[in-house]
Amino acid sequence: MIDFAWSVWNGIPAWSQVTLVNLVLIIIIVLPVVLGVAYLTFAERKIIGYMQVRIGPNRVGPRGLLQPIADVVKLMLKEVIIPTNANKYLFVTAPVLALAPALVAWAVIPFTDRWVLANIDASLLFVLALTSLGVYGVIIAGWASNSKYAFLGSLRSAAQIVAYEIAMGFALVGVLMSAQSLNLHEIALQQAGGLHQWYLWPLFPLFVVYFIAGVAETNRAPFDVAEGETEIVAGFHVEYSGITFALFFLAEYANMILISALASVMFLGGWWAPLNVVPFTWVPPLGWLLFKMCGLLFLFLWFRATFPRYRYDQIMRLGWKVFIPVTLVWIAVVGAAMQTPLGFLFH
Amino acid sequence: MNVLKRYLQSFLFFELLKGLSVTGRHLFARKITVQYPEERAPQSPRFRGLHALRRYPNGEERCIACKLCEAVCPALAITIESEERADGTRRTTRYDIDLFKCVYCGFCEESCPVDSIVETRFYEFHFENRGEHIITKPELLAVGDKFEKQIAADRAADARYR
Repeated sequence: MIDFAWSVWNGIPAWSQVTLVNLVLIIIIVLPVVLGVAYLTFAERKIIGYMQVRIGPNRVGPRGLLQPIADVVKLMLKEVIIPTNANKYLFVTAPVLALAPALVAWAVIPFTDRWVLANIDASLLFVLALTSLGVYGVIIAGWASNSKYAFLGSLRSAAQIVAYEIAMGFALVGVLMSAQSLNLHEIALQQAGGLHQWYLWPLFPLFVVYFIAGVAETNRAPFDVAEGETEIVAGFHVEYSGITFALFFLAEYANMILISALASVMFLGGWWAPLNVVPFTWVPPLGWLLFKMCGLLFLFLWFRATFPRYRYDQIMRLGWKVFIPVTLVWIAVVGAAMQTPLGFLFH
Repeated sequence: MNVLKRYLQSFLFFELLKGLSVTGRHLFARKITVQYPEERAPQSPRFRGLHALRRYPNGEERCIACKLCEAVCPALAITIESEERADGTRRTTRYDIDLFKCVYCGFCEESCPVDSIVETRFYEFHFENRGEHIITKPELLAVGDKFEKQIAADRAADARYR
């Protein structure tokens, strides 16, 4: 039986062998991401509930642990309503366009020293390109819905993402200056050796800008003007229901996890343990990466429970007049310092 | 100097961190949720829920059809019709309360000279068909019979404040 399977495997051409192996790897990556999204929504409801001195969902399954499963089933069974005079094809394509980049970007994330699906040289650029593609889903959704609320929401989202994309890009320029590489795997390798080697310290302002820009890019509170329930109902996804709505939801949370993963890899040393001494080295590398991601995701939820929504002009002011100058100044500082004997601080 | 201080405050996220610390503390605070079907909020003996008509210990209904409750009801929820019974006493032939009109003010209970109409502590009632919200005399008496023990105890507890 095993011999037969082996002969079948050898019988197919080499390029399809590669494709098959990659397909399996993609499933191995995407499934946990989707499950992570499901349980991130649960964690969000629980944590925000706890911060509001209530206990959150606790009825479905033990301690409410099956709640996300019930939510998924509910969303799948709901009817997909396409509004009159909506552009049907764009309306249905938009959620897919929003979700696809959020999942594709996982291809270049180095999970451990050896586990990375595509170890390409310009992976940082690849990630930047994909995260900015996500906004097309939002814009097209708003346009295709034929609804003024959705249209307003997508306009806001487009302006916001353009503004924060620049600050985010500049924050990453600092990282690539320090690492002398655009390869995420390489960037993480440069931070080996413990806590003090992480880029968090020399590039702290850039880390803060990157993370806040990440919150803004994913349209999360306090930058959630694109959905702003109190102003424009639900923004770009007012007209969406059922599975199409679920895809937008999935995209938003997958993006949150992605931003956390990227921030962990670029600023918090990826899979490296904080100290190379015994209790820390017991945890496997993947465990450290997941731990750092969970910490950052908790920040996302903490922000949402704490801050009221920014006014639209405040968001624009913060993006253009605070973040971009701050990152530019810090890039200049890093660049100048690297020419002096102090340069070792930034390597 | 003030400008500098303001810049420093906003760049160090001073106020944002203060806000985060508040929610961070509440994360560990004792939760105040009452998990309703299993847990219940405490009730006062004066709680005003579903209405009931009471009886004397010998089984005779208390209501003498004086219609004070009907007169005092601010929502006009009570309808009473009365007749002379064979033994010469005046009794109600009809005692309806429209539970949609009722505002649960408790005036009917206050006005009753014989402590007949009362509001019980029972509040978990619902209607499944149209018209069921008008609760009739037999139903009111049945509610009274069901909760008589608690009704009597609550009246006794409250008696010294009346």
